[in-house]
Amino acid sequence: MIDVNRQGEVWVYAEQESGHLSDVPLELLSKGRELADQLQVPLAAVLLGNKVKALCGKLIQHGADRVYLAEDGVLSQYQTTSYTRVVCELITAYKPQICLFGATAMGRDLAPTVASTMKCGLTADCTDLQIGEHTDLQTKEHISNLLLQIRPAFGGNIIATIVNPHRWPQMATVREGVMRMSVAERGRTGETVAFPVKLAGVELPTEVLESHRQPKKVNLKAARIIVAGGAGVGSRENFRLIWDLANILGGAVGGSRAAVDLGYVDHDHQIGQTGTTVRPALYICCGVSGAVQHRAGMQESAKILAINTDKDAPIFGIAHYGIVGDMNEVIPRMIKTIRSGASLSAAAQAASNA
Amino acid sequence: MGYNCVVCVKQVPDTKRITGQAMKEDGTVNRAALPAIFNPEDLNALEEALLVRDRHGGTVTVIAMGLPAACDVLRDALCRGADRAILVTDRRAAASDTLATSYILSCAIPKLKPDLVFCGRQAIDGDTAQVGPQLAEKIGFTLATYLEELALDGRSARVRRNIGNGYEVVRSRLPALFTVMDTANEPRPPALRRALKVKKARAPAEVAKAVDGALASAPAEDKAAEAKRRCGELEKQGLLITQWNLDDVQADLGWCGSAGSPTKVHRIQSIVLAGGDYKEFPPTDAGVARLIGELIQDHTIG
Repeated sequence: MIDVNRQGEVWVYAEQESGHLSDVPLELLSKGRELADQLQVPLAAVLLGNKVKALCGKLIQHGADRVYLAEDGVLSQYQTTSYTRVVCELITAYKPQICLFGATAMGRDLAPTVASTMKCGLTADCTDLQIGEHTDLQTKEHISNLLLQIRPAFGGNIIATIVNPHRWPQMATVREGVMRMSVAERGRTGETVAFPVKLAGVELPTEVLESHRQPKKVNLKAARIIVAGGAGVGSRENFRLIWDLANILGGAVGGSRAAVDLGYVDHDHQIGQTGTTVRPALYICCGVSGAVQHRAGMQESAKILAINTDKDAPIFGIAHYGIVGDMNEVIPRMIKTIRSGASLSAAAQAASNA
Repeated sequence: MGYNCVVCVKQVPDTKRITGQAMKEDGTVNRAALPAIFNPEDLNALEEALLVRDRHGGTVTVIAMGLPAACDVLRDALCRGADRAILVTDRRAAASDTLATSYILSCAIPKLKPDLVFCGRQAIDGDTAQVGPQLAEKIGFTLATYLEELALDGRSARVRRNIGNGYEVVRSRLPALFTVMDTANEPRPPALRRALKVKKARAPAEVAKAVDGALASAPAEDKAAEAKRRCGELEKQGLLITQWNLDDVQADLGWCGSAGSPTKVHRIQSIVLAGGDYKEFPPTDAGVARLIGELIQDHTIG
């Protein structure tokens, strides 16, 4: 651990793979910018890899004041041991107060290992981050300007706010899509700090033999319309209706965690705290009860239409439109209405007269 | 050659079936109000270890940290084929976060001299996936997360890792710790014949509680003597679950429990999900047509 360092920077781990930055670090830079401004400290990105210097500009455009760049052939592929070592050396050298990581497969491997090495705290899958104050229940000690790490817990039955008052840095992981990415600011300037990598002669315990990447089959984040199903859909066969409605609307298919766990739809489609966070123009959810974990991933949708047989389902609490009914009857009616172009204009007419 | 395998298992509240008041006032989990189950991916971790023993020989030891009630998952693991079960239990370990938990496990596990340690990828109560990697760091084992396939050659492990957008095959030097995905295998069911025997397995804390109930009015020393006798009998039959406290594993108390946990709960909000103010349409042809019409009119669709 490092000592509490009020002048410490806010850091974002800039995850890259084969020289490509994913969206998460850019989203985290947007949030990091807010936090750093509130604390009146610089925002820095931490970039590890081999020949990745070209990415520094993009990180600065997205809000970083400084990029710590650790480049070496040994870092060309992610490995827990080598990456942990370099990140911990950086933390020890510069004593940041906050370190944010994307909750990706890599981030969820790296961040806990770094936290264990530094003996500091780590909160996984935060859905919001704020700066605030904390009073210790036992000692009554009052501390201001702490990172409030907010996440649903316990199957989404509660929302917990976690703090890490004494053993710094304050570390958190955040899923892709949770934070909004701000627009890149062309012409924004910043500093690049090259950090020497001292891994020569270190024997790494892991060797990557093969690496296979398949592009994501679904792009939920880019979809204007999403039709999502939950446990209430009842079966993988019934889920066909969700696909049909999405197809006719030109939308994407989503699923709640329950639907994914039940095997109705693949994990790539999961929306919620431990899946993807989306903000489409229209979110249609069928047979989704509306657990907090799911809501965390879709409640900022512009319009929410809920279809559920249970009129007391919590999903209606955040819906703009609701149909209390069986999706097996409602969806075919919707498809029929949309297909019949004639009745569409009539329907629009009826709506405008209503 | 055989491998000594240790599997970390956790008893977790079944977060899909929460009843009653889930949280206590101090913001910690009220485990009494919740049905408890074997953490699902820990079953995959156990199966992977059993497969290693099937192929190469060796031993499988399961270890759980928690209240004595966690013996339920240890017995379940014994039914499924584990050779030995260990309960790490101590009031001073209460309120441990992932760092303190991995510290305590890192004190206990090396005593078992494992070649391989298996953990489930994550537990369903917190979904943090942190204890496995942190334990590996603390005991100095090579970490391979998200295991889907495993092959061993005595000195190293060849592991297929599911990294979400694809997979990776790595060679990891032994000793190694794996976190196992639910896609790795199909956990074998408890064996009925084994179950008849191991359902009687008990940890000393459970024996003491049973004696307390049976001899409620007896003097303390009589109870202690009876508990000792029962434990001795269980041990003879190989049915005594090993129980360790923090002193047994030589843990530094400064790194355990609340004192050893850098993260603190600042606030807990219970979720009150109230009905909202939404526009309702009937599930009829006319209702659906009106809804679609409205969405087209404001250019949400079409």
